[in-house]
Amino acid sequence: MRFRPTDDQRALRDGVRGLLARRFDREALRAAVDRPGHLDRALWRELGAAGFFALRLPEADGGVGLGLPEAVLAFEEAGRVLLPGPLLATHLAAGRVPGAAEGETVVAAVDGGLVEWLDRADVVRGDADGAVPLDCVDPLTPLHSVPARGAADPVAVLLTAAEQLGTATRACELAVQHARAREQFGRPIGAFQAVKHLCAELLVRVETARAAVYAAAVTADPADIAAARLLADEAAVRGARDCLQVHGGMGFTWEADVHLLLKRAWVRTRRAGGGTEGEELLARDLLSGTDRQRDCLR
Amino acid sequence: MDLSDGPEDAEFRARLREWLARTLPTLPPKPSPDDWPGRRAYDLGWQRTLYEAGYADVHWEASPGVRLIFLEETEKAGAPYVGAGFVGLLHAGPTIAAEGTAEQRARWLPPVLRGEEVWCQGFSEPGAGSDLAALRTRAWRDGDEYVVSGSKIWTSHAEVADWCELLVRTDPEAPKHRGITWLAMPMDAPGVTVRPLRTLAGSTEFAEVFLDEVRVPVANRVGAENDGWRVTMVTLSFERGTAFVGEVVACRRVLGELAARAHRDGRWDDPALRRRLGRLNAEFRALWRLTQWNVSEAEAARGGVPGVGGSVFKLRYSQARQELYDTAAEVLGDTALDLAHPWVQGRLSSLSYTIAAGTSQIQRDIVAERILGLPKGR
Repeated sequence: MRFRPTDDQRALRDGVRGLLARRFDREALRAAVDRPGHLDRALWRELGAAGFFALRLPEADGGVGLGLPEAVLAFEEAGRVLLPGPLLATHLAAGRVPGAAEGETVVAAVDGGLVEWLDRADVVRGDADGAVPLDCVDPLTPLHSVPARGAADPVAVLLTAAEQLGTATRACELAVQHARAREQFGRPIGAFQAVKHLCAELLVRVETARAAVYAAAVTADPADIAAARLLADEAAVRGARDCLQVHGGMGFTWEADVHLLLKRAWVRTRRAGGGTEGEELLARDLLSGTDRQRDCLR
Repeated sequence: MDLSDGPEDAEFRARLREWLARTLPTLPPKPSPDDWPGRRAYDLGWQRTLYEAGYADVHWEASPGVRLIFLEETEKAGAPYVGAGFVGLLHAGPTIAAEGTAEQRARWLPPVLRGEEVWCQGFSEPGAGSDLAALRTRAWRDGDEYVVSGSKIWTSHAEVADWCELLVRTDPEAPKHRGITWLAMPMDAPGVTVRPLRTLAGSTEFAEVFLDEVRVPVANRVGAENDGWRVTMVTLSFERGTAFVGEVVACRRVLGELAARAHRDGRWDDPALRRRLGRLNAEFRALWRLTQWNVSEAEAARGGVPGVGGSVFKLRYSQARQELYDTAAEVLGDTALDLAHPWVQGRLSSLSYTIAAGTSQIQRDIVAERILGLPKGR
């Protein structure tokens, strides 16, 4: 059993991380906050050229020919930097909507009862009739609600979990950075157990979610995917909340990035397949016979 | 990323399954929980059976991946737990293997593997729990012997142990971590008194051990005098690695039984309960994956000794186990107050998980300081 990412998988993750560090650093993130609803088409095409959208498309169809584990690693990196745009919808449209794979066509899709980036998209998948704009809590996600609700696509559920994992990881990093740097009572606040233990729990949630998300990418089992999503949602939302708490008053400001993590995490929890939906799937799974359960242990 | 067995692992798993299917029906009936001599004989008998089949040293010699398969398959097949062999196989044995002399390894390791001798652990003291290095049991040199006085607590299997891996203070002047020595103490030595402690579950799972001028040969010291803290750390990291593999498998079985019972009883119509069970399914699936992840990391690290990732696992697992049995109580309703039901016993024993082998608070310190690099301090 070699559960850890392979050398190739690590190289791919480092490649995506490098591209995003160059093209979407903190300055770019804050610039995006100041221009709500703006989509950077040049960056979109660069992502397309790097294979972000065509990652799982077979090579015969002009794709990269990789699998879910690689897609999970790429989406985790996107979630880590809060990369805006309908990444998931465009990725899922590769090979189905012309230009999606290359990043030429921006694709939005109905997910749960919501559509992200509806107004900026060239193509909308799903039944978006009667869409009503929301004043979205996340400044980086234009959002419409729609009357129709589609069934959850397991790949979308998993890649959402991967984005949440990345955001949770970032929340943990930011909390730890602040706890090391900020001094009160003559010491870094991270030396105090009350703060230290918040940070430890952040990491525990991240690492537990990571194991679940990576495993679900390998097995593609719907119950594994549902579990990964529940834990990643929890790691991202509670992680961002605890990160905010560690930041104290600064955490409540617009200027600090913490609220951007929390708000994006909130938006993703509303996509199909999380919350009650995932819990009910996993409850049904418990009744589905011990034989299958044993096999899932593998 | 790959979760499948390699060819050698698959062969090991298949052979083990086949052997378990053949062997388990031939085992004697399990002794009652209060029958300590019976439990000792049963646990040692199982270890002897493993020894004869070539599985005795799986905890010491095999790769972490093979150890994982062993623990997973034995639990699934309903094989006996390591029981009285725990300290010998998972604490004292690995310590002696890593730090002992050739003579010491030859004296103490084979009887552990063959299921002939039981070890217990004399680490914690009434005044040294989480702050283990504050231990005060004293040992003075007298010729070729140490003379030991003090008391130990939470010592499992003390009544039936042949040996105790004992931490003593040999230099009270030195900084607390630097004046500790590791000794192998025979439990039948004059001056050793064992007093069983009753747990809140009503059983006597552990004991207090009083030491009154017990004489221990200097030859029984593993590692140098005053180097016992470092010697001990080798042991502790073993416990936090794959020690809970079988338990996660068992918890998933209990969870399936819980759901089946709730379904039979009509409790399944309660959406709050269903959601809680669904969340526990997610939790234990993730814990199984986290175990696989930690084992995979340990294999990659080559050393095979699980690292601080075990603390992450223990924090999450101990909490999940308590939630599992609290949910069991919800499913049971009034029966949750009846000790006759095994889930009620399970609920009581789950309360020790956030305390034993390093409290959750100490584990969070470890995670924060050693993984996240936050400054030391309380």
